[in-house]
Amino acid sequence: MKIRKNIAVSDTGFVFDPSTGESFTVNETGQEILNLLKEGKSYDEIATAITTRYDIDRSGFEKYYQDFIEMLNHYHLIDYEG
Amino acid sequence: MEKKTFEPPVIKKLNAGMPSKFGMTPHIEAIPEIEGHKVEELLKDHGSPLYILSENTLRSTYRQAYQAFSTRYPKVQFAWSYKTNYLAAVCNVFHQEGAWAEVVSGFEYHKALKNGVLPQYIIFNGPAKSYEDLKTATENGSLIHIDHFDELYMLMEVAEETGKKPLVAIRVNMDTGIYPQWDRFGFNYDNGEAWEAINRIMLSEKMELAGLHTHIGTYIMTTQAYRVAASKLADLAVSTERKYGHVIRYIDVGGGFASKNTLKGAYVPGTDTAPSFDDYADAITGALINSAIKPEHLPLLILETGRAMIDDAGYLLGTVIANKRLASGRRALITNVGVNLLFTSFWYEHQIHPAEKVSQHTEDTTIYGPLCMNIDVLRAAVDFPLLKKGDHFVIKRIGAYNMTQWLQFIEYRPNVVMIDTQGTPHIIRRREDLDYMTRQEELPGHLKNFEL
Repeated sequence: MKIRKNIAVSDTGFVFDPSTGESFTVNETGQEILNLLKEGKSYDEIATAITTRYDIDRSGFEKYYQDFIEMLNHYHLIDYEG
Repeated sequence: MEKKTFEPPVIKKLNAGMPSKFGMTPHIEAIPEIEGHKVEELLKDHGSPLYILSENTLRSTYRQAYQAFSTRYPKVQFAWSYKTNYLAAVCNVFHQEGAWAEVVSGFEYHKALKNGVLPQYIIFNGPAKSYEDLKTATENGSLIHIDHFDELYMLMEVAEETGKKPLVAIRVNMDTGIYPQWDRFGFNYDNGEAWEAINRIMLSEKMELAGLHTHIGTYIMTTQAYRVAASKLADLAVSTERKYGHVIRYIDVGGGFASKNTLKGAYVPGTDTAPSFDDYADAITGALINSAIKPEHLPLLILETGRAMIDDAGYLLGTVIANKRLASGRRALITNVGVNLLFTSFWYEHQIHPAEKVSQHTEDTTIYGPLCMNIDVLRAAVDFPLLKKGDHFVIKRIGAYNMTQWLQFIEYRPNVVMIDTQGTPHIIRRREDLDYMTRQEELPGHLKNFEL
């Protein structure tokens, strides 16, 4: 699973979808996950990166990650083709 | 390396061109401690959820209210509205400050006596006093506020039986220019019913008409309504003195002052719209001083302010049980505080604050309680910080009605703690348990055993 290639993520947490003109904001953890997804990282790699840096365990992280992915899906930011 | 605090990841769509109508910031401040005690520690020591009452705030609010009225009018008396919060510790803080007791049932009457209030300082309101209630109050010399003619005639019987003259006031309802006009309680002023009640009392000579009382409504945001109410009661007092040469000793304008909570559907927060005690005092005392009552006969002014006196002193602390995503995409937060503990969430948009510092990121959230009931919603739609399972939160301004109208439903009611003026927490009502819950039950013998 990847984020669509044309989605722009700024360093300050703004997300822009040029195909619809819609803008979004993400918080710090959201931004990190988005960037890791854009880099093509796997869930395991993302979970390791986040749980190393933040005070959350893997099982705790998984449900929040799934919820975040659902929201990315809801906003059509996921690239299913790639 | 110390790990950073984890905040659930969130993405939120920006709606350009749709700013808030009033440009108010949605930022919700964290409340990490109450009166010097960390929320986390209070919950660790006393369990979650937890009610907290601040004795400091109770006393300072009372003193503010008293000062607003006593600096404008020579004779002022507050009476603590028991139904707003009748925990003994709360009542006694107000009694220590000088408030009488205002009760609306036999239970509340006896609770006031048990708290140590002398019977002559108890005002007995309410539409459902029993014959026994009236007899006790008459024999004790309490102030009885008559609600309807059936009660008036019952009181005449009590007077005959006891050979004592009950000390009474009539409750008066009236048009004060506000909607809804409360006409359920007492005798109507505008159609002459109140004047008729006064005449029957005066002509019967079986009762002592000590006062006149009104309670125009609840959460009244216009002080003008109180000015009208006080003027109309003053007119009745003047008419009574003119016709019978009888001086009305007190005028009781009841309660109903708005607190700073925000009503559902209000455009601006209650903190911006609720009149101050000074505003109310100005309207009420101005009406009495400018009335035709003779200066030497100015009545004692009694106030039964409940909500505005205690709301700010109360906090409800709780814990997030779960996050979930509703079918609509909206975040749902499930907490251990439900409508069973926060009855006032049926009419207020309560302010809910995280107990720990959070980022400025929020998400459109519905906040639910723990009850297995669809109605258990604390906030239907609020831009709320991203709390996770186990995080704590604080609900402000919950002192009024929640510790009396709470529901024993599905869950036990939790500890209530009062933090005293020295900062020491005291449990003032213990958490319920199975023994408490079943103490009043009786199980018939034939239902004791079963096989499954």
